[in-house]
Amino acid sequence: MSRFKDKSGKGTPPISTASLPDIIFMLLFFFMVTTVMRETDLLVKITLPEATQVTKLEDKALVDYIYIGPPSDKALGTEPLMQLNDQFAKLAEIDPWVKVNEERREEVLRPKITRSLKVDKDTYMKIVTDVKQELRKSNALKINYSASQGR
Amino acid sequence: MLKKRKRGGVQEINAGSMADIAFLLLIFFLVTTTMDTDAGILRLLPPIVPNDEQTDIVNQRDVYIVLINDADQLLVEGGPMEITDLRKGAKEFMTNPDNSVDLPERRKVTAALCQQKIAENKGFKASSTDEQSKQSYQDAVNTWEDKLEAVRLIGDYSELPPNALISLQTGSKTSYDMYVRVQNELEAGIAELRAELCKEKFDRIFTELDDKNDDDKPLIKAVRLVYPQRISEAEPVEITKK
Repeated sequence: MSRFKDKSGKGTPPISTASLPDIIFMLLFFFMVTTVMRETDLLVKITLPEATQVTKLEDKALVDYIYIGPPSDKALGTEPLMQLNDQFAKLAEIDPWVKVNEERREEVLRPKITRSLKVDKDTYMKIVTDVKQELRKSNALKINYSASQGR
Repeated sequence: MLKKRKRGGVQEINAGSMADIAFLLLIFFLVTTTMDTDAGILRLLPPIVPNDEQTDIVNQRDVYIVLINDADQLLVEGGPMEITDLRKGAKEFMTNPDNSVDLPERRKVTAALCQQKIAENKGFKASSTDEQSKQSYQDAVNTWEDKLEAVRLIGDYSELPPNALISLQTGSKTSYDMYVRVQNELEAGIAELRAELCKEKFDRIFTELDDKNDDDKPLIKAVRLVYPQRISEAEPVEITKK
């Protein structure tokens, strides 16, 4: 009799959610450690070309990005534009951009800065060659043709 | 009321919303961060040389000229080529298996030659007076010492002439996609040669060698000496239709 009463009174005990915050915190820390803050908003549309011989860029802190591709905003036309930091830039702005980025790094690290060219695969070489010439003029020689790992 | 509190102790804070707070933070990080690490083909641009210093005349056979025209077609060493054959072409250029006169002449490097050159350059260095030539002789000594080390590791090998290179030129309307594919094929050719050599001499897989490991470092250096990566970002030249 007493057994019967017991059952009907309690039912199955609810699953404790006390450890839920801990699980979520664990996920949170995982993401905090493995990811990097997004620095720029892309103003150009970029589909990277594919390549098989890609090397990973080791130190993200020593990479500066140059984005080239057709603008996402259709009103600006379809001609590829170059984006430095957060805005569109002209070729002449590369040199000051290189200088600014060099100055914010330690002097010993400056030769190790890589400029990664993130270029849309349908872009003509003209603008890429021009950008490369500008980089050579500012003595920024280490570059990376960003590509996605294919096949 | 006072009595009641004393009996129950300090009231516990409700931790039920803790999960929600953590969720909020988690979502914030998911949105503001990126996970993808950038990868691509690393290249070193040649520094700008003042016009009057551009004197080095390169032997025709030492340059492998790859042209890509505006219609993304390849012209390699004067003849049209499919991109699928480019890898083979690059490998042939690097190795010159039949000792063809159109391809760079590979010279034998032996321990005796290295030692002789090291002694020679050390002598020059001792007898030279100004800093600049001292430095250039020291550089020469260092290169030959690297070669000696390579000989010690993999035995006598033949090296590419110092000015041999693959020169890549594009038209202004060449697509970037094609350019990267060509770069990729050239790179792949060299990578294959390196992998073969590494497998044959050390029975190791080249890409698995670790450049932070002190045992592997000299191996990587030696393999790179035998098959250096010399893909030149040529000066932009207008390619015009004839």
